[in-house]
Amino acid sequence: MDIKIQHLTKNYGVQKAVDNISFEVKTGEILGFLGPNGAGKTTTMKIITGYIESNGGDVTIGGQSVRSGKTKKYIGYLPEHNPLYHEMPVIDYLGFCASIQGINKTAIPGRIHEMVRVCGLNDEKHKKIGELSKGYRQRVGLAQAMIHDPEILILDEPTTGLDPNQIVEIRELIKNIGKEKTVILSTHILPEVEATCDRILIINKGKIVADGTAATLRKQAQGKQVLNVKIEDADVNTVFEKLKSLPTVAMVDILDAANNRFEVQSIQDAVSNKEVFRLCVKNNWSLTEMIPFETRLEDIFRDLTLN
Amino acid sequence: MNPTWVIAKRELSAYFDSMVAYILLIAFLGLTGFFTWLVGADIFLRKQVDLAVFFEVAQLTLLLFIPAITMRQFAEEKRTGTIELLLTKNVTDRQVVLGKFLSCLLMICIALAFTLPYYISVSQLGNIDHGATIAGYLGLVLMSAAYISIGLFASSVTNNQIVAFLLALFLGLLFHFLFDMIASGFTGWLGELFSSLSMAAHFDSISRGVLDTKDLIYFGSIIVLGLLLAEYNIGKR
Repeated sequence: MDIKIQHLTKNYGVQKAVDNISFEVKTGEILGFLGPNGAGKTTTMKIITGYIESNGGDVTIGGQSVRSGKTKKYIGYLPEHNPLYHEMPVIDYLGFCASIQGINKTAIPGRIHEMVRVCGLNDEKHKKIGELSKGYRQRVGLAQAMIHDPEILILDEPTTGLDPNQIVEIRELIKNIGKEKTVILSTHILPEVEATCDRILIINKGKIVADGTAATLRKQAQGKQVLNVKIEDADVNTVFEKLKSLPTVAMVDILDAANNRFEVQSIQDAVSNKEVFRLCVKNNWSLTEMIPFETRLEDIFRDLTLN
Repeated sequence: MNPTWVIAKRELSAYFDSMVAYILLIAFLGLTGFFTWLVGADIFLRKQVDLAVFFEVAQLTLLLFIPAITMRQFAEEKRTGTIELLLTKNVTDRQVVLGKFLSCLLMICIALAFTLPYYISVSQLGNIDHGATIAGYLGLVLMSAAYISIGLFASSVTNNQIVAFLLALFLGLLFHFLFDMIASGFTGWLGELFSSLSMAAHFDSISRGVLDTKDLIYFGSIIVLGLLLAEYNIGKR
């Protein structure tokens, strides 16, 4: 089921939390929603789930507007702070969620069993939610979101409070679900987006500042190829001169003269790996290191949101 | 299953899981039993086979206890944020309000059902007026429903349970006593207006065994108004 967001705007008083944003998410796509605190991620998600109303624009799910109130049954939602009824046992809570979502009474035990298995809650299923650790509560939050096998999953920071093993498990889970369903997840953990999401959307101050896969974002941000090389058995200055004279190289920088380290920047749309290698061979230098410099997602994020 | 009923069932079992229900039942039966059978103008001194004393005590006890069961309904859900999870499920705001209303009303009906032995005992003592007694119970249920509706409204305006309790209690006292007192200070149409707002007056009229449409409309409109205001309040977000 597709989600289509058109010219969505939400004001809190004079402050614009979401400012005329439009995007689409297709079935089978996992969208990573990034942005600094207060960028409007949570607000956008709350509007999609129908919890709050927008001031302008609309969200349609499978062609139906969220204002109609008929889209709620297609959505599984894990809110930001994972609010749960702490006095309820896990299994009762999942049963409550299942029946309120309108699941057939005979199908409920099967669904609960399935969720307990998928989310690894078997040992904790009879405990009260308030007695669980944060990580297990997070699993209960995921279980309640998925109990009615929704077409769309909206997850607001799904991996907070989980240990590294659990994070890996939950990511796998989300990836598997994302093959058939539509998933939007927000997070502050950048490697997580790369590991889980097909597409990244960065918003800042209520506006979309980047939209694409991790690879395309990198390319946009980086532009030119940068190599870190270490060339031994040679004089630093000659190497510097010769590297500079290569046709594909735009700029050379000596990083560390004592250890013969250089930074080589290629001209636009060119790569210089082979040229550097051949140069070394020709002059009988030892090329001991060649590391392509990757722009980290963190840097892209900072570039786009720190202004 | 109907979502309203699912919510009502959950809320009701939450009362029994958290001991609120047991404390309430014991306190309610203790207080009404004590004042009905043991002290003051109790049932034996009246030399009349009826439950008027019980109805009098029950009114006041319910006035105090209903705010205690309605206070957490929305205030607690708003404070912990669970309201967001509840309202993003496949339910409407109205179903949530009605479900919570129903759970409180069932709770009170359970408490009232435990007083049926009073009725049976008294009816053994002589010729009880069954019509008036049944009307009295009906009056208690209607009055409770009105106070629950007021309590849910009070709970929907705040996320602090104590504020919700005090507001509900204040509104209850207003309807139960203050309107009557104000009414006695005025003559003419103002006096009549205030006395027609008084909950106690309408309860008395029903418990005499006369089902007047005026009283039913009165209780009905308080219930509907309180629930609509509660729905409006949780719709603001």
